[in-house]
Amino acid sequence: MTALPPPSKTKLGLVIDLDTCVGCQACATSCKEWNTGGYSAPLSDIDPYGADPHGAWLNRVHSFEVGAGDTSRTLHFPRSCLHCETPACVTVCPTGASYKRAEDGIVLVDPDLCIGCKLCSWACAYGAREYDYADGIMKKCTLCVDRIYNEHIPEEDRIPACVRACPTGARHFGDLGDPRSDVSKLVADRGGVDLLPDMGFKPVNKYLPPRAKRDATNSIPSAATEAVASTGAALEKLFAFADKMFTR
Amino acid sequence: MHKQLPEPAVASDDSDRRMALAARQPLVALSVPPADEIKTTTCYMCACRCGIQVHLKDGKVRYIDGNRDHPVNRGVICGKGAAGIMQHNSPARLRAPLLRTGERGSGEFKEISWDEALNLATEWMSEVRARDPRRFAFYTGRDQSQSLTGWWAKQFGTPNYAAHGGFCSVNMAAAGLYTFGGSFWEFGEPDWDLTKYFLLFGVAEDHGSNPIKIGLGKLKARGAKVVSINPIRTGYNAIADEWVGLRPGTDGLFVGALIHELFRTEHVDFDYLVRYTNAPWLVIRDSGAHDDGLIVRDADGYPLCFDKQTSSLASADRVDISPALVGEYTLPDGRTAVPSFRLLAERFLAADYAPEKVAGECGIDAATIIRIAAEIADVAFRQTVTLPIAWTDWAGRRHTEITGRPVSMHAMRGISAHSNGFQTCRMLHVLQILLGTIDVPGGFRYKAPYPKSAPPPNKPTGKPEHIKPNTPIPGMHLGFVVGPEDLLVDADGNPSRLDKAYSWDAPIAAHGLMHMAITNAGLADPYPLDVLFLYMANMAWNSSMNIAATHDHLTAKNPDGTYKIGKIIYSDAYASEMVAYADLILPDTTYLERFDCISLLDRPISDPDGPADAIRHPVVLPDRNVRGFQDVLIDLGARLQLPGFVTSDGQPKFPGGYPDYIVHHERTPGIGPLAGWRGRDGDKFGIGDVNPDQLDRYIANGSFHVHHLEPSHRYMKHANAGYLAFAKSVGFTDSTAPVIFQLYSETLQKFRLAARGHGAIQPPDAHRSRIERYFDPIPFWYAPFEGTMIDEHAFPLHAITQRPMAMYHSWGSQNAWLRQIHTANRLYIARTRATSLGIVDDDWVWICSHIGRVKCQVKLMDGVNPDTVWTWNAIGKRRGAWALDDDAPESNQGFLLNHLIAELLPARADGYRYSNSDPITGQAAWYDLRVRIEKAAPADKHEMSPRFEPTISPVPMPNISISDFGRSFNKERQ
Repeated sequence: MTALPPPSKTKLGLVIDLDTCVGCQACATSCKEWNTGGYSAPLSDIDPYGADPHGAWLNRVHSFEVGAGDTSRTLHFPRSCLHCETPACVTVCPTGASYKRAEDGIVLVDPDLCIGCKLCSWACAYGAREYDYADGIMKKCTLCVDRIYNEHIPEEDRIPACVRACPTGARHFGDLGDPRSDVSKLVADRGGVDLLPDMGFKPVNKYLPPRAKRDATNSIPSAATEAVASTGAALEKLFAFADKMFTR
Repeated sequence: MHKQLPEPAVASDDSDRRMALAARQPLVALSVPPADEIKTTTCYMCACRCGIQVHLKDGKVRYIDGNRDHPVNRGVICGKGAAGIMQHNSPARLRAPLLRTGERGSGEFKEISWDEALNLATEWMSEVRARDPRRFAFYTGRDQSQSLTGWWAKQFGTPNYAAHGGFCSVNMAAAGLYTFGGSFWEFGEPDWDLTKYFLLFGVAEDHGSNPIKIGLGKLKARGAKVVSINPIRTGYNAIADEWVGLRPGTDGLFVGALIHELFRTEHVDFDYLVRYTNAPWLVIRDSGAHDDGLIVRDADGYPLCFDKQTSSLASADRVDISPALVGEYTLPDGRTAVPSFRLLAERFLAADYAPEKVAGECGIDAATIIRIAAEIADVAFRQTVTLPIAWTDWAGRRHTEITGRPVSMHAMRGISAHSNGFQTCRMLHVLQILLGTIDVPGGFRYKAPYPKSAPPPNKPTGKPEHIKPNTPIPGMHLGFVVGPEDLLVDADGNPSRLDKAYSWDAPIAAHGLMHMAITNAGLADPYPLDVLFLYMANMAWNSSMNIAATHDHLTAKNPDGTYKIGKIIYSDAYASEMVAYADLILPDTTYLERFDCISLLDRPISDPDGPADAIRHPVVLPDRNVRGFQDVLIDLGARLQLPGFVTSDGQPKFPGGYPDYIVHHERTPGIGPLAGWRGRDGDKFGIGDVNPDQLDRYIANGSFHVHHLEPSHRYMKHANAGYLAFAKSVGFTDSTAPVIFQLYSETLQKFRLAARGHGAIQPPDAHRSRIERYFDPIPFWYAPFEGTMIDEHAFPLHAITQRPMAMYHSWGSQNAWLRQIHTANRLYIARTRATSLGIVDDDWVWICSHIGRVKCQVKLMDGVNPDTVWTWNAIGKRRGAWALDDDAPESNQGFLLNHLIAELLPARADGYRYSNSDPITGQAAWYDLRVRIEKAAPADKHEMSPRFEPTISPVPMPNISISDFGRSFNKERQ
């Protein structure tokens, strides 16, 4: 089984805003496109033009309804590796292929050591591991480790492909180990949450919950209640109101 | 020419390396060059036209991301755009010109040479051009080159040309242009940075994909309220602060009730109305007269109003008057007239639009409507936004600031694809105007070249006398009628065009009726067709209503065995369902392999802060025997010797094909397809000499050009002297006159008067009542046609489609990644409705309409109006098409609602059948569909129905069990 390094000071991760995500899949396809030719290459697709097309995706977006009746809402939920501080997928790995980087906390798979036993996918509570059926090994979100330090990429683009793509700005990348970072502040401001915190994996990625709806329950517009000055039928009142000396 | 990749700043970070070694970590190659070269071009994965960077490695496409400098997408990319690589690599790409060898519809073809293909096309086309150009029709679907294709058709001399706007969103475009010289999407957008209250009507994923997403992100970041008005709560609507899940087709009642409330609570921007609208214009009241309902004008034709200062009639364009908005006034001839605002007030304050009255029909309770109207009023009138922007109005008066009422709106398909869409959309714009939110901070903002006059000045061309053998028609096909005299009809009132656009069936058909071309040709109504030329439009599948009937028309034969539609020539890049129905296929390239021109003459990509245009250029070369369609069209133009396509000695005028045309064609002197870097030195914008280096300048600038408007020109464009002068100087408009918003549409009244028996050009008797009813000069709501013409109790539910965010039209859309996201569609039903029908999740059901039935599988949900069922479109495919296996879910479980939608309405008393379209614009009313749901019998096969026989694939079946092309890019692992 594989040991974890001492906790890193830097904890790179994502903050995903569930209040803003519209479920457009841009993060999913951008991730697929970058990573199929990057560190994890290839992200194979099986039966791509047939009856059961399926492939390795390091990021998937699920759209579903939660709640019922008046509290029902539609949620778009992007799902990828959370780069846990105590990742069971690493400790369960029999070959040392899965590891957590000492310097930034990114959880990676060394493709040369992975034997495709899938123990990690059983251990991961978040379903974030992807088996590549053509390659016979496990793939997972790398936080685009081959982008974020890549000196051949303009500095402003040294962010994960999913964050670079996101049209609504629902995805944020940064150091969640630094309480002064933009992502840490965002989590503090918006009440960012861990997924399944009780399981104790201490995910680095955070999710910002949807904000409360602003509808009949909490909106009190003054224009509805104020008295209209003139009297009589609505049409006469409007005509009286409109019967002024307007200037062009 | 291409972006330089930054040099590595340092070789590697030693501390990283030391840490990794200490932790016994493998060394990861962190700085692999992602590309040998990055080329910029324009996306074509939907109609949004974002700027993209194509990363090329080893000559192949490695990765596509958004161009940060581009005005449309500012660097982001959507789910479709980022999957472009799989569209480009799709095995469904056509490979060579094809000539039909089997029966039409079979899919049997042989590959032929381009010379053979072009000779055949020229032979067929030149014969019909010399005989009767009406018997030739050219329709383009997903086209972004309408200024070229339209001009080609004009030079050919046929009246029968249009793009796909007739089944897309012509109601949206036409209603906006006739009301305020603009519209949503390409014409203008919400002021995303300043708006505080945003209403989104009838939009799932749709036009303007990334701009809307970017805008919603901004609203969320600022905490502006988003209200979604949509029967379905998905996508954008899911993140709205409030979801108003009304019944399809009732938006006009909802908006009308909002106007009712704003009138009732006296929240109207009267100052704005008297300055910028025809609210004070006097309307003649003389029942039965030839000019009843027309605007009172002076001897020179200027509209008049009543000036309260002098108590007399005055020209409405004067600035030294106080125009009356209410009252009744006596004209010099003794008749009376009223300000048009009074008629508007009477319309919307009537009980018909009271919230309590509309609540039942809309499915929205009155309290909600009243509260939303109050919220709008509160934001508009108590939370104004003032910018310190000095500007000069059309009358020459200086202003030191601009104050806006920060309420904004956007609408699209859910409004426009109904038979009441034109009037509903007009009502929406009337609401914006009453609030004073057009081109103000926080409101709606025009995008150049809009605003134009309401409506724009260009008229349609194609009257019977315009059409002569071997002769161009004298103007462009599509334009804006302002009265019956502009219709394209013969002396008996019969349509001049095959699709009946600009006839009494659809007088304001500003985009044509592509959706009726095949039906009308098949029925020889108004006349038969000899050659049909289609580009990139899947008319044998999801772009037609009633697919089976469309197939019948495409394959119908005369007694002598010839096809009724004599020849069909089709250009597409992919093996779509339409391919099998053509006689000759001209294979197009993918969007990464060709030139394109996103022109201001066509469908602009401008930003509110400045006009913009763009190009595509080949970032990779085709590996198949295919040619860009525009190159082919220009070649055909020369072969046909069309004026403008040949020199005086008959030689091709654009031997370099489309790029040659883009640079050298001038529509009028100095104005060509691209507005940027004109003039010999490339220093002119808008109007200037041809610049031979123009395309290089575009490519060097990321394949686009933006002209940044002066800050003083960025708001109030309809009345901003500086902007209006600029617009004229660069050829956007031909006048510096302000754009006056037409709350009251005199054009519509002219048609109504004709229906009442006035004027030289009147509708045939059978059309009169329809024109009289729907051409109301003041917007009104009426029930969508289908529900009123069939037994509503037999078909109690509405059925509509939405476009998924990760899928565009099923034209040009075969994609190994996107099909993993949407492999087959379900019919979504409200949980409460399903329970009452005894239906549970995953059941198979029949969706029954008055013309047919479709079998499919259901999914229950809460976030849908209970009277509505819906599905994703663009997923269902036909076996044999798209190089998909016969057992692909798309053709076995995926389905289209098109099978259920009638292309023609039930017969009129005399047997005549109108198209299933808006009576004003001819917009296909495919959201009017009414259905009932029946649970499939236990014995029914769990398989979509109807399943047509497979066609023979025009491309080799891919036989690919694994796609792992990315492996070649990872040399480190290799």
